[in-house]
Parts: sequence; C-alpha cells; structure tokens
Amino acid sequence: MEAVARKPGTVTPAGGVKRGPLTFWERVYVVEAARGVWITTVHFFRNMGYHFLHLVGLAKGRQAAVTVQYPEERRYLPPRSRTRHRIVRRDDGSPRCVGCMMCETICPARCIYIVAEEDPDPNIEKRPKRFDIDLGMCVFCGFCVEACPEDAIRMDTQMVDLAAYSRRGMILTLDQLLAGEPAGPVESINALGERVHG
Amino acid sequence: MWMDLAIKAGLAVVMMLIVINIAGIHSWVERKQSAVIQDRWGANRAGFTLNSPLWRWLNPLLRPIIYLGLFQPIADLLKLVAKENWSPVGGMKWLHAVAPFLYLLFAFAGFAAIPFGDTLHVAGRDIALQVASLNVGFVFIFAMAGLGVYGIVLSGVSSNNNYAFLGAVRGVSQMISYEVTLGATVIGIVMVYGSLDMQEIVRGQGALLWGWLPKWGVFVQPLGCILFFTAALAETKRIPFDLPEGESEIIGYFTEYSGTKFGMFLLADFVETVMVAALTTTLFFGGWQFPYLQASGFVFPWGAEVAVGHYAVVAIQVVSFLVKVIAFCWLLMTIRWTLPRFRYDQLMDLGWKRMLPVSLANIALTGLVILLIEAL
Repeated sequence: MEAVARKPGTVTPAGGVKRGPLTFWERVYVVEAARGVWITTVHFFRNMGYHFLHLVGLAKGRQAAVTVQYPEERRYLPPRSRTRHRIVRRDDGSPRCVGCMMCETICPARCIYIVAEEDPDPNIEKRPKRFDIDLGMCVFCGFCVEACPEDAIRMDTQMVDLAAYSRRGMILTLDQLLAGEPAGPVESINALGERVHG
Repeated sequence: MWMDLAIKAGLAVVMMLIVINIAGIHSWVERKQSAVIQDRWGANRAGFTLNSPLWRWLNPLLRPIIYLGLFQPIADLLKLVAKENWSPVGGMKWLHAVAPFLYLLFAFAGFAAIPFGDTLHVAGRDIALQVASLNVGFVFIFAMAGLGVYGIVLSGVSSNNNYAFLGAVRGVSQMISYEVTLGATVIGIVMVYGSLDMQEIVRGQGALLWGWLPKWGVFVQPLGCILFFTAALAETKRIPFDLPEGESEIIGYFTEYSGTKFGMFLLADFVETVMVAALTTTLFFGGWQFPYLQASGFVFPWGAEVAVGHYAVVAIQVVSFLVKVIAFCWLLMTIRWTLPRFRYDQLMDLGWKRMLPVSLANIALTGLVILLIEAL
C-alpha cells in the first residue's frame, strides 16, 4: 500500500494546501475508488453490526448512529443559549417581578406587555397583574433578561419548539411564564459523538 | 403451443416481479444504506397509528415497520401519484408524455435475455429459466440499452427547457461514449466462451480452471470485469456519473417532469441499476452458477460428491443468481454513496482516452492468450 499513500501536502503561506503531483496509482483511480468504497463499507458493516446487537440488547454503550431523535431525545443546549422565557418565583411562590417596566421599555421588538397592580405586601411596591410576551414578535435578544433589576425574567427553559396554530396562541401569559421550569442538563451531543468515534 | 406461450408469459411475470421488487425496494435501500454509511438513522418516522378500538391491536405490528422506514417508499409513491399530471407550456405534449414510458420500457426489455436458472425439467417439459432464449442475447441487451437513449432525447427535446435539453445532450453523449467501452469489454467474454447466447455463457462458466477454480468471467477477464463494471456504472447515470441528471445542481433532462412520470424516470434508474447488477453477475460472476454445483449435485475438486435433487439444484441456482444480483446492487449503492461526481471533461477523458484503449488492448491480449493456449 506504500504506492497509494498520499504524500503529505505542504501548507502555503496563504493558508492553502499545496499537494504533490498524483502518483500513478492515484491517476489510475480504480485503487483510490476501491479505498473509498472500503471506508464506506467498513462504516456500513460496523453500524449495521451495532444495530443488530442493539436489537438483541447487546453493546448498548456503543452508538450505531450519531443522530439525535429530536422530539424524544433532546440535546442539551449551551447554558447561555437564549430559549423561551420564564418568570422566576420568590420562595413564597409569588412572581419575583415588581412591574417596573424595564423589560417592556428596552424590548426592541415591543413584544412584552405589562399591567402592574398594588402588591399586598407593604415591603413590595408593585406586582404584575398581566405579563404577556408575544413570542411571534420576540427576537430572542435577551435584553429583557439583562434589564431586569430583580432577576425575575430568565431565558433558560431550553424550550425551542415554540409553535402555535394562531398568532394569539403565540402570546404567553403570566401563568404560562410562571409554569416554565429550568431544564436539567441531558447528555450532551459531544458525549454521544465521543462514544461513537472513540 | 398455448402451453408454451403460457410458460413464457409466466416466466416473464416472474422476471418482471423480481426486477420491479428489487428496483422498488431500492428507494428504501437508498435512504437507509446511505444513512447507515453516514452514521445516521435514516427514515424512521413515516407511518400511522390506528386509534380505533377495533384495530388498535395492530399498532405493535406497525411499529417495527415504521421504525425501519418501510412506509417511506409508500409515502413517496402516494406523493408522486397524487401530483398533478403537468406538461410544460410550449413543449411537445405527446412526446413529453411518451418519453418516460419509452425509457422504462427499454430498461425493462433487456431483462428478457438474462437467464436466472438452468433448464427446469417438470412434467415432461424442459423449461429454460430465461424469458427469451435468444442466441444473440448480448446484442439484444445492448440494443435495448441503446434504445433507452430515446427516452432521454425525447424528454430533453420535448420539455421546452434549455437546461433539460443540455442535460439530454450530456446524457446521450455519455451513454454513447460508454456503450463503446461496454461493447468492447464484452467481446473478451464472447471470445472466451465462444457464444453470444447468455445461457451458453453462463453454462461455460460452470467449468473449472485447473480443476479447482470456477471459470467465472472475473477470473478469466479481470481487466474486462473492472472496465465493464465502470462503463455499466456510467450507463446507470447515477452518482459518480450523474451529469445528465444532477437534480440539485446542474439540472438534468427530467427537470420538467413531476408526479408519476418523474417517478418513472426514478424507477427506470433503479431498474438500470438492477440491470447492471444482473449483467455483471451473468457475464463475470457465473450467473446462476453455484461453485461446484453440477446438474447432479455438488462435485468438489477433492473428489467428494453430494447428490442433490433436480428441484433443489434449480432452487439453489435461482437463489444464487438473486443473491449475487442483490450483492451487486449493494455494491452499486455503496459506490453511489462514496464517490463524488466527475467533471464533464474528466468523464469524456476517462471514457475515450483511458477505458476504450485499455478495453481494445484487452481484446488483443485475450485473443493472443487464446491462440497461445490452442497452439500449446
């Protein structure tokens, strides 16, 4: 196989790779084509082997495919990725939001709509009566999270499959925002890839 | 006489079913094999579940079918059939409709000359397991492959689309260029086995070389085998040689087709793939021959003999043929998912400057060797 091994390319100052002239066996092409077919064949039989082993309950630790079966299996998004909003609760369960309108003011898409009311707790001035976010208009810039002085709004639910049958259905109300929970980390795609490729 | 006709019709139906089933399942194989090669899952979503209490028990049976993606070809077919029967404005409507039929017809017709088993003796009759026992089988198959060009020409010309027209021109020049090599490589096989009849060629491959090696075409014509396989690959117009089609980038001759007629082009491609597999099997890999299996049973080179009944022998032969064909279909699919497309000048260079001279040299070499063997 010495004859078909490619000479290492030299990297040019511009960053390109300058390859040496093709050897005779490379120009014949049949050998190179056969090597390519060999690579795909090895992949085929290795993966098929693992698929069959999985069917009979063996070799569960080895993946036969790196595909993430999306709705059932989800990859963990990086912790700083901006996903659907939620409103954080205080220890007593009331929303942490004080209705200061900072997020509504900074929102470039003007998708937040807040109506404030008096809070029964004398130490807190206001609380939101309505807190609507129109996800159909939201640009997921995360300014509302940065603007909030109370750390009441966060975008860490890991929910990205946001869809509705109508424009009205895209509007999240306070109850829905309070129901959002931070998603726990699931196995990351990198770990899956490492398992497949060793 | 009517019985003979009925037998021939029956053989034709059997061959048709074999071909159309292997070709049909290619649409599924194409998805799943490429997925497995590329460490993916492939189609595993298409399907349905039954909610009615009467039929709910069927759901566990449906689940593995969905999981394997076997509903995907059905969904594809339904989509194609349900589409509008459209023909391009300003095109030749009648020719546009006829082109895919011609293409598919000639793709199928070649199989008539392919033998899928030896003579079957049943109820006092000798049935050759071959639809048409032609003594010019070769010429017939290449004639049909050549006529397939009409489907491409007509589809390109009648579409009133310059891209389709150019695709057809590329297709025709590619087919004609590689048919020369195809014919030239096969001459070596004809010289070795001394017949143009496919059945005789396969029978000739049942002999043994040096008493142990089956006299298959690949062993007596190794160079011819590689050249033939490459040229035949070009005839299928699939990926390393898909310049006439290139659906997504370079726009091919069936750009102006949709629905069922598009589906026919797609199916014809798969039928041609099966044809290439069947031809390679027949010419170079012993056709229905199973190593050391004679009409009476297994005769091993070390002297052992195992008697096998006639029906079992025929069954082994037919299964052997099918297994080889399917193995070659797999190989063709693997090649299709391995190699990148040729550039057009590379394609022409390969066909005319490399493969044709080598195949001509192969003919001369074969003739020389045969003469030397006869002289000694």
